[in-house]
Amino acid sequence: MIHVRGLSKKFGEVEAVRGVDLDVSGGEIVGFLGPNGAGKTTTLRMLTTLLRPTSGAATVAGCDLFADPAGVRRRIGYVAQGAMLSPFSVVGRELELQARLQGLGRTEARERVAELLAELDLTGIDHRTPVSLSGGQKRRVDIATGLLHRPALVFLDEPTTGLDPQSRANMWDHVRRLRERHGMTVFLTTHYLEEADALCDRVLIIDHGRIVTSGTPGELKSRHDAETLDDVFLAVTGRELREEPREKEAS
Amino acid sequence: MTTLILTRHYLGETFHNRLGVVFGAVQPALYLVLFGPLFDRSGVGSWNVLVPGLLVQLGLMSAGLAGFGIVFDQRFGVLDRLRVTPAGRLSLLLGRVLKDAVVLLIQAVLLLALGYAFGLRAPLLGVLLGLMLMTMLAISLASLSYAAALRIRQELFAPITSTVVVPLLLLSGAFLPMSLAPRWLDILSRFTPFRYVVEAVRGLFAGSYASAPVLWGTVVSLVLAVASVAVGVRIFQSENA
Ligand SMILES: Nc1ncnc2c1ncn2[C@@H]1O[C@H](COP(=O)(O)OP(=O)(O)OP(=O)(O)O)[C@@H](O)[C@H]1O
Ligand SMILES: [Mg+2]
Repeated sequence: MIHVRGLSKKFGEVEAVRGVDLDVSGGEIVGFLGPNGAGKTTTLRMLTTLLRPTSGAATVAGCDLFADPAGVRRRIGYVAQGAMLSPFSVVGRELELQARLQGLGRTEARERVAELLAELDLTGIDHRTPVSLSGGQKRRVDIATGLLHRPALVFLDEPTTGLDPQSRANMWDHVRRLRERHGMTVFLTTHYLEEADALCDRVLIIDHGRIVTSGTPGELKSRHDAETLDDVFLAVTGRELREEPREKEAS
Repeated sequence: MTTLILTRHYLGETFHNRLGVVFGAVQPALYLVLFGPLFDRSGVGSWNVLVPGLLVQLGLMSAGLAGFGIVFDQRFGVLDRLRVTPAGRLSLLLGRVLKDAVVLLIQAVLLLALGYAFGLRAPLLGVLLGLMLMTMLAISLASLSYAAALRIRQELFAPITSTVVVPLLLLSGAFLPMSLAPRWLDILSRFTPFRYVVEAVRGLFAGSYASAPVLWGTVVSLVLAVASVAVGVRIFQSENA
């Protein structure tokens, strides 16, 4: 589903991503784990055609990132780290617009929005604005923007940052259900080691723009003789991974 | 098609809070009400001379500052959300620009009605052709405004554009015809496109459709529109992979 070789991005002097290789198969839930500034968002923005890589090659959802960015866009969903809607927009209208831009007809778009809102336990919020929603509801609306066209592959950048433990567990259920019901491949970033442990089939740990280790949570623990993924991170990088939720720029 | 989906969406949003339509038309309307009567008695010209100037002022204030909208869209991730869909980059720009043109036309009609109440008299054909020039002007200014908003640092966009608008407006001869200007100012104003638009609309309002100012104004508006949209699309694209 995703094949990446030597992907790099420089912002002037800053090497945000340095030669990332990764492969993700269909139907996997893969966690992309790393501390602040490790290069997670930069990698996701490159794989979703939003940012031009400095070098490297990638096939995403069967389309070459450089030769066919429009093909990639048709087949993927992307939910960014910050917000997806401006605070005073009307949720239903924004979702319908997004569905139309993804190629759905007018009635089809309306039906799909209702269906998806129900699936995400958001029925009845179409006339609301994001400012009036709880953090968990708002984040699920963000996620909805990436799922309207039933993509085979969805990228979620920190889907649970800033949520309380209960909303976070609730979000995990939603993500699991996406795979169970629709066979969706999910590539998500997170700061929470227990999230990667609980939700992901496989974990890639990135630090300073490089993937430092990868495997199933179980493999990583036994390989590094660690009890938890926290210990794995410590063993690989020699540092603790900050765990407390950070201020979100767009909240 | 995608363009129209976006335009409809943005228009719905604009009319949802009706203030959006009024915003931008306030300044020209104030000039019309508080400066117009003075101008009319100054001996320089009548309402037919002033109102075309105020229309161009409206264009600069309304379409010229359209980029504000995209600054917020960028900050709240809305722009990335649109850019990650297969929608064409030209549509993403034109969808907004057409909305701005429609809003400007509505504002222009309101301003014309107000002018009419004060004593503006112009032939209908001239007014319609003048509105066509205004539409082209709106397309140009909105495209450039979006391009600037994507390129200039967010916090600088508002101060820079609202400062740039002032000399462009004064040099267009919107308030007083440039024929009154000293030579250096007259020459300087010939380097700004808006002077030609103001003079063309004045010509149209006077009913002299085949005059040189009308021809020049039309040519300048067309060239400006094509160039501005090209710049806008380039910048929408260059942000991409
Ligand atoms: N537009 C940009 N211009 C310059 N530097 C950038 C830009 N975007 C990211 N960077 C830098 O690239 C590095 C990687 O940033 P990135 O946002 O990918 O990290 P991240 O792993 O997503 O971090 P976080 O967990 O805080 O979201 C950082 O050093 C960051 O400052
Ligand atoms: Mg990030």
